[in-house]
Amino acid sequence: MCLAIPMQLIEITGEGLGKVNSGGVKTDVNIMMIPHARIGDYLIIHAGFGIEVLDKEEAEIRLDLFKELAAATAQEEEA
Amino acid sequence: MNPGEESLTARALARSIDEICSRHPGALRFMEVCGTHTMAIHAAGLKKLLPKNLQLVSGPGCPVCVTEKGFIDRAILTGEKHRACIVTFGDLVRVPGSSGSLATFRAEGGRVRVVYSPADAIGVAAEEAPRPVVFLGVGFETTAPTIAVTLKMALSKGIENLFVLPAFKTIHQPLKILAAKEDLHGFLLPGHVSAIIGSDSYGYLVDEFQKPGVVAGFEPLDILLALRDLVQMAAAHQPKIVNDYKRVVRGQGNSAARSIVDEVFEPTDALWRGLGNIPGSGLALRGTYAKFDATVQLPVEAAPAKDDPRCLCAAILTGGKTPDKCGLFGKECTPEEPVGPCMVSSEGTCAAYYKYGAG
Repeated sequence: MCLAIPMQLIEITGEGLGKVNSGGVKTDVNIMMIPHARIGDYLIIHAGFGIEVLDKEEAEIRLDLFKELAAATAQEEEA
Repeated sequence: MNPGEESLTARALARSIDEICSRHPGALRFMEVCGTHTMAIHAAGLKKLLPKNLQLVSGPGCPVCVTEKGFIDRAILTGEKHRACIVTFGDLVRVPGSSGSLATFRAEGGRVRVVYSPADAIGVAAEEAPRPVVFLGVGFETTAPTIAVTLKMALSKGIENLFVLPAFKTIHQPLKILAAKEDLHGFLLPGHVSAIIGSDSYGYLVDEFQKPGVVAGFEPLDILLALRDLVQMAAAHQPKIVNDYKRVVRGQGNSAARSIVDEVFEPTDALWRGLGNIPGSGLALRGTYAKFDATVQLPVEAAPAKDDPRCLCAAILTGGKTPDKCGLFGKECTPEEPVGPCMVSSEGTCAAYYKYGAG
């Protein structure tokens, strides 16, 4: 029930309200509890509400770590 | 990342886990607290990648599963006695009460409407007026703020026929009970609950119980990374709280969400399936918002509810048993004909085992 997915904020439509886009599907969400959200941010959406803003830098750090692990494993397995 | 890279990363993490576990005498037993993690672990088949002496057991973080049977009874009685429209998340509709579920109540002429978002209850209240509309308030810290915001909107719009039947839960109090269990060596901590309460809030696991905890994301690789960190800390007897979901979870959590919750709710005792009454583990409507409380405004008298004694949901929710040990599992209890809520909820442990297998 605590399922939540990232969707990109494309428009502020009213006080505490915004429009998000995920793969071309646009929907209205409540952003009252993430006043720091800006257009272009990826929001974590739970039951129609933004609960947090995705930290792109942290997402990239994680991706880099995984890519390094993948590269190291590929080398090991070839050797 | 392409699938090839994902597979290589998974193998690298699984190998690290295997190496640490092979040097560790005895079993390491971790609890994944959150039902969404349970489902993700089974859907990705992660248990097949783990060594035999690393065991994962499910916890109480499935809100539908920990909700007592008596709550379903009260919801149906409220609908009957007050001719109320019951508004709920879809997961609750087929959970068995003492005599039928909300689905059977609807089939017998009761009014039940399923919503995706609590905010939709405002529109439902306008459509159903003057009939009372009762939203079933089930959920953890992730969901409570969405209902708090909804009630703030209802208050400002002057909506008079919307009520909430509260069964909210908070995670720290049951976690303290479970952390005291000697056969649990660490915790995979919930991702989206932690987005609200913050990864710093779990310090007691280390300070009081000397057990590690890792806040994890929900992708298979997120979970494997978190398990590697848990295994490392548990094997070395160096417990810490690690946040492996930093792209979403901050140390301090979401203070704006928490202040909205504090405005609308106050802590209260709550009944948990499997854990009984836990002081301070629920949320009650406070002050101005008490007028939305269905238990007060639309009272009913519900007889105490009894669970089927053969159903193992209670033990499964506290890491004591796995679904394959239940005599009802897959026979009398299936997703089509569930006996207990763990088979109904889309994140219930029995549903995960039924759909994807034990491994």
